[in-house]
Formats: sequence, structure tokens, C-alpha cells
Amino acid sequence: MYSVRLSSIRHARALEMFYNAFEPAMVLLAPLLKRVGYAHLEKPVAAFERTVKGFLFDCQMCGQCALSSTGMSCPMNCPKSLRNGPCGGVRENGHCEVKPEMKCVWVQAWEGSRRMQADAKILEVQKPVDNRLKGRSSWLKVVRDKTEPAEAPGKAASKPAPAKPKADAKAPT
Amino acid sequence: MTPQPFVDPASPLPAVPGHSSRGRLERVLREGKFAVTAELNPPDSADPQDVYDRALVLSEVCDAINATDASGANVHMSSVGICSLLTRAGYAVVMQISCRDRNRIAIQGDVLGAAAMGVANILCLTGDGVQAGDQPAAKPVFDLDSTSLLETIRGMRDRRVFLSGRKITVPPQVFLGAAANPFSPPYDYRPLHLAKKVAAGAQFIQTQYCYDMPLLERFMAKVREQGLHEKCFILVGVGPLASARGARWMRANVPGIHVPDPVIARLEGAKDQKLEGKKICIELIQQLREIPGVAGIHVMAYRQEELVSEIIIASGIMSNRTPRRSARERTSLT
Repeated sequence: MYSVRLSSIRHARALEMFYNAFEPAMVLLAPLLKRVGYAHLEKPVAAFERTVKGFLFDCQMCGQCALSSTGMSCPMNCPKSLRNGPCGGVRENGHCEVKPEMKCVWVQAWEGSRRMQADAKILEVQKPVDNRLKGRSSWLKVVRDKTEPAEAPGKAASKPAPAKPKADAKAPT
Repeated sequence: MTPQPFVDPASPLPAVPGHSSRGRLERVLREGKFAVTAELNPPDSADPQDVYDRALVLSEVCDAINATDASGANVHMSSVGICSLLTRAGYAVVMQISCRDRNRIAIQGDVLGAAAMGVANILCLTGDGVQAGDQPAAKPVFDLDSTSLLETIRGMRDRRVFLSGRKITVPPQVFLGAAANPFSPPYDYRPLHLAKKVAAGAQFIQTQYCYDMPLLERFMAKVREQGLHEKCFILVGVGPLASARGARWMRANVPGIHVPDPVIARLEGAKDQKLEGKKICIELIQQLREIPGVAGIHVMAYRQEELVSEIIIASGIMSNRTPRRSARERTSLT
């Protein structure tokens, strides 16, 4: 919801503090999560994450959450899905070029980031979105990235797990 | 008539150590000269002569010609097409790439193709939203954004890999540019956003139209504070306003353009508004010349290309350089 989204940005600091406690707790649970199986957890955790973050941030479930680097303003709500800063079309009143009724996601991101402890994270260059992760849980990805060493460098972001169609579906030609 | 000589794109200017490209623009900027680039209004036609005619009037006074990529989200001849014509005719170009219309597969392929045909400069843009143009029903792509596009092309050039990590045998030797708009909110973040683009690989910057000097000064002070003017070359966007009505229309309808009221009032009060618009532009250029950290100007004269050389010459910024006319024979069919 738009008004909740704006309020989340006003409370960026509190949300940051919550997440700073939440993430290590999730990482501590990693052995347990692994035992249950990430494949089993993916669907329910993603659904829960969608509900919570959808309510707070209008989260679009890109599966590679950047909220900590974007002042708690979800960059996927930008009509151009910009993850590195505002475009040049921001209106003088700070509203969006494409949706004039909406405040620019990046004007909000900048304001939110000023309230956060890690206020320099907004300056980090974000990689392009990995479209394979759309709809998947970003929380589980964080836990796996932190606890499982990446096998192939550069491919760490993409753990094609069970939700995918059968890998052996490729028919030999 | 004998066929026109074909300019071999594989033999640009000799390589210089420390330069990313073998193009003229990078050379001029690194030599510390005040550079001039100008935007070519792309034709709505399939006639190459339309491109040559427009390039000819610009080339006399500028170091590189920008080929726009459906700017304002309006369809015109593509930047790849224009660059293909212009490089073959021996012009220096800045190929604009917008993230709006193509995904990472198409863009990386275009970068290799562009470098192969002699494009030495690439400007990485996000692109205006499709709602701004003549095809509002189009699907916006925005697979990359301008910053990740910069990083992608820098990786192709310096690390010789595609975004996927796959190897490139001969990398594209291009001078990388990005846009900046100091005249659009959030004003405090704009200089930091520029720093981010520089960190991602931007070597030169072309800004949106500048009509508000105090706002630019504020931006440039922050740029100098961060030392960014030593890490990239900043070319400030300028252009003549044709009339007060036109300026108002632009302000209301073209995303990101900021024309302060006093400028419009000055146009309105003038007898000859077009002439006054030209005067304002010349004055702006002269003021920009004096701002530390401004390395040049980028002229965007929408449908007024014929004014560009007059404006540049009248502003005096080319006083220590001779206008070039070398490309005339190559592009004239008569």
C-alpha cells in the first residue's frame, strides 16, 4: 500500500535495526533450514516474505532484495526499475516522470537512506537484476549466500532450484 | 562519378597510451581543450542524405556528433543506423544507448558492432519513459539501468568479458559516457549519483539542458569537492530556446527539463524571441567556460541545427581552433 510504503521510508532506521537483528538470526537457523530443505521451504517462505514485504514496501519479489541499499524504498516500484539512482526525468515536485501521482522512488530512497546507519550503502553500484530469481525468497538466498560458499564465481546468484521446470526436458535433437 | 572512398573503421586515429579509445573526443578532452559535442536530430526517413546534411552543418564546429537513441521515446532513425552512416563518412560520433528498448543481449551485441564500425564513444542512458513519446503503448524494457550498462561495457572493454563472463576476443575500444541532470530532484543526491556513475565506468558526462546557472554552480561545487572533475570530463548541455511558448511547452512536456521563470520572462520581453534565445545560449556558453571543472559543452538545438555553428563561433570558445570542413566532400553526392 502506497501510504504504508511511505511510512516505511520514514521509519527506515527502525526497519534497518530490525533487519540487522533478523538476518543473523536467519543465518543462525541455516543448519535447521538446510535439514528441512531449501526446496521445501522456498514456497512457504516466499509467500510469507511476499506478504510482509508486500505490505511494508510494495515489494515486487525480485528475489534479490536491495532495500538496505535503497533507503527502504523498493527500486522495483520505479517504472524503469532503476536500481542505481533516479533517472533524469524526476519532476520538480519530486514526483515520477512516468506516474505523476507517485513520489519518485529514488527521491524517497535518498530520504530514507539519510535516516539509516548504513547511509553510504546507497552509493554502492548494484548489479543488473537476475530475472531467474523473480518470485523467489530473498531471505533464503541471503542465508544460502552467507553459509554456502559459491561454487562457481560469478554464478553464485543463481542457484537454479526445484521450482524450475525439469532440467532434463531438453530433448536431444 | 567514381564511388566515394570507403573509410576503413579499423584505421581510426593512432592509439595513444592511457586512452580508452582511438577517437577524437577523448583526445581533445585529455589535451585539456574545451570540447564541443552536438546532437544530431535523427530523421524520420530512410534517406542517408538527411543524416549527411545534418551532420555537415554540425561537424564544422564540434568534436563529436551525438546519435540519439529514440530520445523522448519517439521513433526516428536508430542510433546504430546513424552511426553506421556517419562513421563510414569519417565523422566522429557519440553513440547513445538507451536501456528502454533493448535488453542486455541486444545491447552488448550492438556495442561490439558499434566498435567494429568505428564508433569511439558510447553514451549510456536510462531513456525516457514510453509515455513521453509517440508510442505510449510500447513495452518498456529497462533490463539494465544506465549505471549497470556502464559497468557492463567497461567489463567488455577492460576485462574482455560479456556480462555472463564469456570471453571477448577483441574488446570494444570505447570512451564511455553517461548523462547527468543537476536540474532535477533530489538535488543533494545528484553529485553522489554522478560519483556512482564514475565508479561504474563513466569517463565523460553530458548533462541535460542548463538554463539555471546557480543550480549548476551548486552541483559543480559538490563535484569539485569530491574531485569528480578530475575523474571524468563534464560537458554541460546547452541549446537555444526558440520562443517563450516553446520553452513553456518543453518545460511541461519533456521530462527533466528545467527552464527558470526569469529566462522565459526574458524571452517574452524580447522583440525577436528567436534571436534572444540564441543570445541567452551564447551567454550561457561563455559563463560555462569559466566554471572550474566544466570540460566542454554539449549542444542540443532541436530542429535548429543551422544555428549551432553560429552560436559556437559567436561564443568565442573555438577562437584558438580552426573549424573543420573535411567531411564535406565525403558526404556530398553532388
